[in-house]
Amino acid sequence: MNTAMSIGRPTDRPSAQPGRFQPQQPVETPLVQLLRPDGTLTSDPDFAPTLSAGQVAEMLRDMTLIRRFDTEGTALQRKGQLSLWAPLLGQEAIQVGVHAALGQHDHVFPSHREHGLAMLMGLPVERLLGIFTGQETGDWDADEVRFHHLNMVIGGHTLHGVGYAMAQQRDRQADAAADDGVSLIIHGDGAISEGDVNEAYIFAAAYQAPAVFLCVNNQWAISEPVERQSIVPLYQRAWGFGIPSVRVDGNDVLAVHAAMQWALDRARNGEGPSFIEAFTYRVGAHTTSDDPTKYRSKEETADWQIKDPLSRTETWLRSEGAWDDAQQAHLDQEAEAFGAQVRSAVNNVTTPRFEEIFDRVYAEPTPDLIAQRAQVLREVAAL
Amino acid sequence: MSQLNSAAPNQTTTTLTLAKALNAGMRAALAADPKVLLYGEDIGSLGGVFRVTEHLQKEFGEERVLDSPLAESGLIGTAIGMAQRGYRPVVELQFDGFVFPGFDQITQQLAKLRFRSQGRVELPVVVRFPYGGGIGSIENHSESVEAYFAHTPGLTVVTPSNPNDGYWMIQQAIATPDPVIFLEPKRRYHEKGVVQLDAPAHGLHEAAVVRPGTDLTLICWGPMVRTCLDAAAAAEKEGRDLEVVDVRSLQPLDFATIARSVEHTSRAIVVHEAQRNYGPGAELAARLQEELFYVMESPVLRVSGYDTPYPPSKLESDWLPNLDRVLAAVDQSMAY
Ligand SMILES: Cc1ncc(C[n+]2csc(CCOP(=O)(O)OP(=O)(O)O)c2C)c(N)n1
Ligand SMILES: [Mg+2]
Repeated sequence: MNTAMSIGRPTDRPSAQPGRFQPQQPVETPLVQLLRPDGTLTSDPDFAPTLSAGQVAEMLRDMTLIRRFDTEGTALQRKGQLSLWAPLLGQEAIQVGVHAALGQHDHVFPSHREHGLAMLMGLPVERLLGIFTGQETGDWDADEVRFHHLNMVIGGHTLHGVGYAMAQQRDRQADAAADDGVSLIIHGDGAISEGDVNEAYIFAAAYQAPAVFLCVNNQWAISEPVERQSIVPLYQRAWGFGIPSVRVDGNDVLAVHAAMQWALDRARNGEGPSFIEAFTYRVGAHTTSDDPTKYRSKEETADWQIKDPLSRTETWLRSEGAWDDAQQAHLDQEAEAFGAQVRSAVNNVTTPRFEEIFDRVYAEPTPDLIAQRAQVLREVAAL
Repeated sequence: MSQLNSAAPNQTTTTLTLAKALNAGMRAALAADPKVLLYGEDIGSLGGVFRVTEHLQKEFGEERVLDSPLAESGLIGTAIGMAQRGYRPVVELQFDGFVFPGFDQITQQLAKLRFRSQGRVELPVVVRFPYGGGIGSIENHSESVEAYFAHTPGLTVVTPSNPNDGYWMIQQAIATPDPVIFLEPKRRYHEKGVVQLDAPAHGLHEAAVVRPGTDLTLICWGPMVRTCLDAAAAAEKEGRDLEVVDVRSLQPLDFATIARSVEHTSRAIVVHEAQRNYGPGAELAARLQEELFYVMESPVLRVSGYDTPYPPSKLESDWLPNLDRVLAAVDQSMAY
């Protein structure tokens, strides 16, 4: 038989070995970590901490307040004051590390669990609580707060963030004095499977948009483990789109800050999009309607709690002599007062008058909407 | 059916919630046909966010009850491929607001492959999801999307309003050779009712008179059937005898049953949660005036959601059709 003819026969086919056919999988996926779970410093070849102990102490404060916000959210739901809450417990370091790295013109396109980041960016807690009481849908000016509206259809907002970044880029091309803001797009490990999210990567890369993707890998998408979404580490997904990426310890506020700074700088300097996978854990339920005992073990959750972002930060600060019992006691008091503030804030949320909904659909209400509004008012008057 | 048999060994009826009846119906379908697969997000160990598929993965294995990646287009598209090779996928989408990432696959692929292949490709795919409001949810969790699908040739659209229909219609849907959009009224998931275990009362695409009456016909489906029955009970106290027709199948529409009812009552009101404009009520009103113009004593009225996006949940009770709005429409119709 002609040997040339046999080329391509299944038995002669080379197997898809790593190397030529697919990238060599690192045995160990490098994780950017600067602060170990036990609170001791470690080093990374590419990322160094740039924060003073004083700044880190501020971050501990922020993480503590965010945790308190979250605890109150869950408690308010239990008391029936919120219809739902999506706990962020365990993910505080990501939100605080991100916030500390953001520039003053950067815009955030959040997922559904960034309540702490919203608060740090100055969104009044009432506005966020109003969504979960079922009274509001997003009563804030995103231009001003730079924290964009929550989108409950998983993944859709990632394209908005890329488009916003494309517009930021155009503005700068048109006017050198335009602001230097870039867009931070946050999505989960589940969202990474949605078509829109993958299209967002494609557009960001095609236009070299000043965008940063932050993939919060909290290991779960409701009841589905991250392995259901991807058989490669999530940060490696970005490579195929031509987007540089790193995996960072999401419970290490120093590492999150350093990696975020790197990615935001790249975007700001016109080097295109980056992707950061923040490796963390959803310690709480998916939402207050969820029951995680149906799909994961208590041991798994307990193992992750050892890696708690707050305690390692406190331990390090104490070892630096930058934190003591008095400061902790003061912070506890502050958190207590803040908790009370959150509890009273929920009472400040008001239910809009029903007829207001007719005015929000278009710039000018249509004749039908005007008629329906009038009908509703007649019915109210008749009561 | 093991669970049902053990619960009621020698009886032909049992009492279940709608969610449990759907679960029992799917269990029966999985047991009857090895080609039936359940496919969706969080339907395995969690049993779905409403627990409609609870225990089924444990009973039938991960090969029959598959947790999917979080991607609706992927779910519907791969279900189409499996169906092309003889499987009968029953896809769960988590909420009504999350069908849209899969909209192309449903309306341009699933709906059209039979036509495109000149009748050769058969796609017995069921796409089931909870729909409608009334449970205090956040945005995108209370949509009434039936019109999009009923408007798309190639799809069939059905919706059970009670546990007995839930139990039978899901099995009938799975046995259907064409794609079925199976709409589950989420606010009725926990309402109980008697389920007949030996035979279905109706075919999948039949409407049913669920309350006979002589003065006016309330036409409704899914979540609004209970509302209309309550309205009819309240109207009875005022001496009015209302008939209630549960449409059950929006596509194909059993217009004959609806017409029979309106022929003897001469008055009709369509009640649905979906927004009014270009909504399903418009189709029914148009058909009634086209075919029954001379028997009608009054114009067909519609009681529906308003033409806004679904409002924040604290406002939903004023947005959704309720007893008062149905009764006000009855007064209006009777006044002609
Ligand atoms: C298009 C769409 N499909 C399904 C859902 C239901 N859902 C809400 S959150 C969620 C899981 C999201 O997981 P992930 O992206 O990892 O974010 P996490 O909740 O873990 O923060 C799902 C399936 C949705 N909101 N939108
Ligand atoms: Mg997740």
